Amino acid sequence: MSQLQNFTKGFFKENPILVLVLGTCPTLATTSSALNGMGMGIATTFVLIGSNVVIALLANLIPDKVRIPAFVVVIASFVTIVDLLLQAYVPSLYEALGIFIPLIVVNCIILGRAEAYASKNGVWSSFIDGVGMGLGFTMALGILGAFREIAGSGSIFGYKFIQGDGILVFILAPGAFMALGYLIALINRLRRT
Amino acid sequence: MAKTESTLKNMVLSLTLISLGASACLGFVYELTKGPIELSVLNKKLEAIKQVVPEFNNNPDAEMFRLATGEGDSLDIYPGKMDGVITGYAVNTYTNSGFSGYIGLMAGFMPDGSIINITVLSQKETPGLGTKMADAEFKDQFNGKNPSGFQLKVKKDGGPVDAITAATISSRAFCDAVQRAYNTLQKGGII
Repeated sequence: MSQLQNFTKGFFKENPILVLVLGTCPTLATTSSALNGMGMGIATTFVLIGSNVVIALLANLIPDKVRIPAFVVVIASFVTIVDLLLQAYVPSLYEALGIFIPLIVVNCIILGRAEAYASKNGVWSSFIDGVGMGLGFTMALGILGAFREIAGSGSIFGYKFIQGDGILVFILAPGAFMALGYLIALINRLRRT
Repeated sequence: MAKTESTLKNMVLSLTLISLGASACLGFVYELTKGPIELSVLNKKLEAIKQVVPEFNNNPDAEMFRLATGEGDSLDIYPGKMDGVITGYAVNTYTNSGFSGYIGLMAGFMPDGSIINITVLSQKETPGLGTKMADAEFKDQFNGKNPSGFQLKVKKDGGPVDAITAATISSRAFCDAVQRAYNTLQKGGII
């Protein structure tokens, strides 16, 4: 597989949300607006790139039987770094995402990529994989967030274009499931052609 | 390089080394961000005081005093003064009954007890729902009201406050925090 394919697989062919259906918990919870979804996506991308690179570097050093705890330590460190940096330099986004930043630790995409890709491939490929997967995740979260924000609040990126409330269910949890379901159905239809 | 074998020695060694490296990185980032985090918290506090007590020329942060709530803890009160005359009090109040627990507010009161303005300092409410408590649409309905005549209760509980759609618990918690600030000022004999 060329590096270009390696990069683009995260957007469509192996999109973590829409095709692999990994990490749906933060997806459903943080996509109540386009900006929140993308902020979460970018924070996750950073953690994913960092953990992929470090794990690819350390892969040969880590004995197989303790690889999962080792991966978790690496991932948790990156999440804490992101948490502190956001708190220091982007406090508004930190407040908007709240508890979901620390919860990146348990996002299956990150551990999944560490286990399935980074521990078996080189540093450069793992970096590309992390960027591709992370941006694919961000894209999926952005689309989902934009759709829910338009339908639920009648606004996009915080700019209101209708008066009053939208279809409130789309902001709530059931709307998240519905929107994600339709989005996955649409992608499946597109993939078949 | 060959794959390290899963012997006890190797496992202990590799995990120790990784944890050591991780804690060194974290210590470094913590030190790096400690200053900016404190600064952003302080700025937020001063900014909040400015918003809720509009006219003052003293330093409310330096003249801060504490008043007991009567519930076993105390609130920070920042007096705003114009040439030595009190123009209002900014109260750093809180509630633990938010949808996700703690909510911190800065509420400004006139010396007669009516609310000047309120800002949200910290909250962990549901993004897109409870977080709307920081929007003018909700919080500005309290401005100019005096809790002695204006019951701090949402309409569902028989009060006059318009709750945020789909976030009644957050709205109730907001009222609870403002009520706590008012009660504390009253108990302290200030208003």
